[in-house]
Amino acid sequence: MSQVPVVPEGVSQFEVFHVREGAFGGTGSGDTSGFGGLVELMHMPEASTRPFGGWFDEISDELELSLAAREVNAGDAIEKVVIAFDEITFFVRREYLLSVLSTLRDEPGLRFEFSTGVSGVHYPSDTNRELHAVYHLMSMTHNHRIRVEVVTADSDRHIPSSVSIYPTNDWHERETFDFFGIVFDGHPALTRIQMPDDWPGHPQRKDYPLGGIPIEYKGATIPPPDQRRAYNS
Amino acid sequence: MSTENITYTSSAAQPNDPYANFSDPAEGGRIFNVGGGDWDSITVDPESDSERIVVNMGPQHPSTHGVLRLILEIEGESVTEARCGIGYLHTGIEKNMEFRSFTQGVTYATRMDYLAPFFNETAYCLAIEKLLGITDQIPERANVIRVMMMELNRVSSHLVALATGGMELGALTAMEFGFRERELILDIFEMITGLRMNNAYIRPGGVAQDLPDNAVEKIREMIPLLRKRLKDTADLLVDNNIWMGRTVGIGYLDLTGCMALGITGPVLRATGYPHDLRKSQPYCGYENYEFDVVTENTNDAYGRFLIRIREMHQSLRIVEQTLDRLQPGPVMIADKKIAWPAQLSVGSDGQGNSLEHIREIMSESMEALIHHFKLVTEGFRVPAGQVYTAIEAPRGELGCHLVSSGGTRPFRVHFRDPSFTNLQAVAAMCEGGQIADVIAAVASIDPVMGGVDR
Repeated sequence: MSQVPVVPEGVSQFEVFHVREGAFGGTGSGDTSGFGGLVELMHMPEASTRPFGGWFDEISDELELSLAAREVNAGDAIEKVVIAFDEITFFVRREYLLSVLSTLRDEPGLRFEFSTGVSGVHYPSDTNRELHAVYHLMSMTHNHRIRVEVVTADSDRHIPSSVSIYPTNDWHERETFDFFGIVFDGHPALTRIQMPDDWPGHPQRKDYPLGGIPIEYKGATIPPPDQRRAYNS
Repeated sequence: MSTENITYTSSAAQPNDPYANFSDPAEGGRIFNVGGGDWDSITVDPESDSERIVVNMGPQHPSTHGVLRLILEIEGESVTEARCGIGYLHTGIEKNMEFRSFTQGVTYATRMDYLAPFFNETAYCLAIEKLLGITDQIPERANVIRVMMMELNRVSSHLVALATGGMELGALTAMEFGFRERELILDIFEMITGLRMNNAYIRPGGVAQDLPDNAVEKIREMIPLLRKRLKDTADLLVDNNIWMGRTVGIGYLDLTGCMALGITGPVLRATGYPHDLRKSQPYCGYENYEFDVVTENTNDAYGRFLIRIREMHQSLRIVEQTLDRLQPGPVMIADKKIAWPAQLSVGSDGQGNSLEHIREIMSESMEALIHHFKLVTEGFRVPAGQVYTAIEAPRGELGCHLVSSGGTRPFRVHFRDPSFTNLQAVAAMCEGGQIADVIAAVASIDPVMGGVDR
């Protein structure tokens, strides 16, 4: 009963999480409610266009000018800008990550001198852009926060390491490597940090099972959390 | 002795289990050895005269502040290289939260940094509320209660920092005092939430339940006693020659080092930089309270100790203001599609839903029953997108990166725990110092391994 949902009008770039079908988790039994026919497209907030509003414009202008002063074409480096939930995200192409980060850190008008770490996200349905590394930066000088996001394909899990620019990202990149398998090229010692050294697989990926065993209690068996019947999410 | 072969057969339930076909090595199965890396190059030639040895300290060691493993290369008593091994308390909290509803996730988040449960819960709930766009709809009383619980929690957390830090340096009276005073606060927590730790009290939309009738009175009674006892603890250590000898100038890290290594909290403020998210990026109404950001200019373990002592007094100052600000009102958001419907009460058969609520859903309101059923079994949906919220936890910036796919469960939760990041400073603080000073330096960072490993 798979139907291809209609792409919303005016939306150019967006990442589909998945297509939710039906309201309830159960399948296989007859659908008497009619809710099984629901189809909903789940996608991330789409790219924003100018004017962004507030200080977002100033930051974006400053970044573009500063990149130009460093002979980097902002259009090449920055794939898109997403503003959602009062937060700004710069999607940066990975070849330009280090020049963008050093610009963000060093330019007086930007001065994002503080990195609060790297976090990975695995979007299995975002074809050829499955793995995202998300950098959260803070400017203590100007009291702003921004997010820089880099995407890479699962088949080519390489992103340049930012440790030379933000030494604090050392352990954060190790953790992201450990949990998602993203290889941060140029990292001084990219080894596992949370899991044992000989652990197979990368546990936070969506294709890695949660694990667990069925529990029997008073004759009834409860399956592990990732295999229980649940509402569609 | 059994001669049966150990064989694990593949489980159909978990097709991706890499250990599924694991079998006994004697049968030619796969064997894992610890090796590779640069282990060969650091093996010391036994014939050499050098006193350089590699010492593995922890993870089971009374002075390493939890299950922290320190790998020290020492030359006599001097530490030439220090590295941390972590992961011994990794419990997969972030992964587990992806399989539970947003409200259930609080129960997991609270267990990360187990000395600061209210901070974990708040960071997580603020992220959910930001995605839902209901930050402004949180009732005033709920915000005041959140601030009150967090500041009491900051005191109890700093008390443990002093207690365990003191114990690790041999100041056992400080430990007795610290844990005794902490108990005063844990009693308050138990009275309000039912639990001493792992409270799961702060929930998306507000707090789990209102304060009991005598709570304000009890807290008001407790504060002067706590102030007096904090002074006793401070008197034990502040001008104590031995304590100063162990901490002054130890674990040195200046502002440049802190910024590069991402260090926040008391370690950063000990460099004289007054960075505090409660002031610079207020949340939960912190802009309404009067308090000072405590700083020191010593860059060392002693300065961090002084900051914790003085921050506890500032926290008590905030707690007093919250008690004055508490006005009667709801403690959960009015939106029935999000608000957890039930209040808890203790009946003859233990803790459960209050009788009024049961009467309402069972015999008075069909809508209330539907809402209760849907919220408890399914949860609420959160719009797709990602946010990052950060709060000032006792150890520094606690951030929550929350990604929602528009469903009833988080798509990905990542916590930027201050202990994790601050531990990176161990090498910078310890290398070149004495081996005994490693203990003082680590204690002054005050890492909580539950937060480091999550």
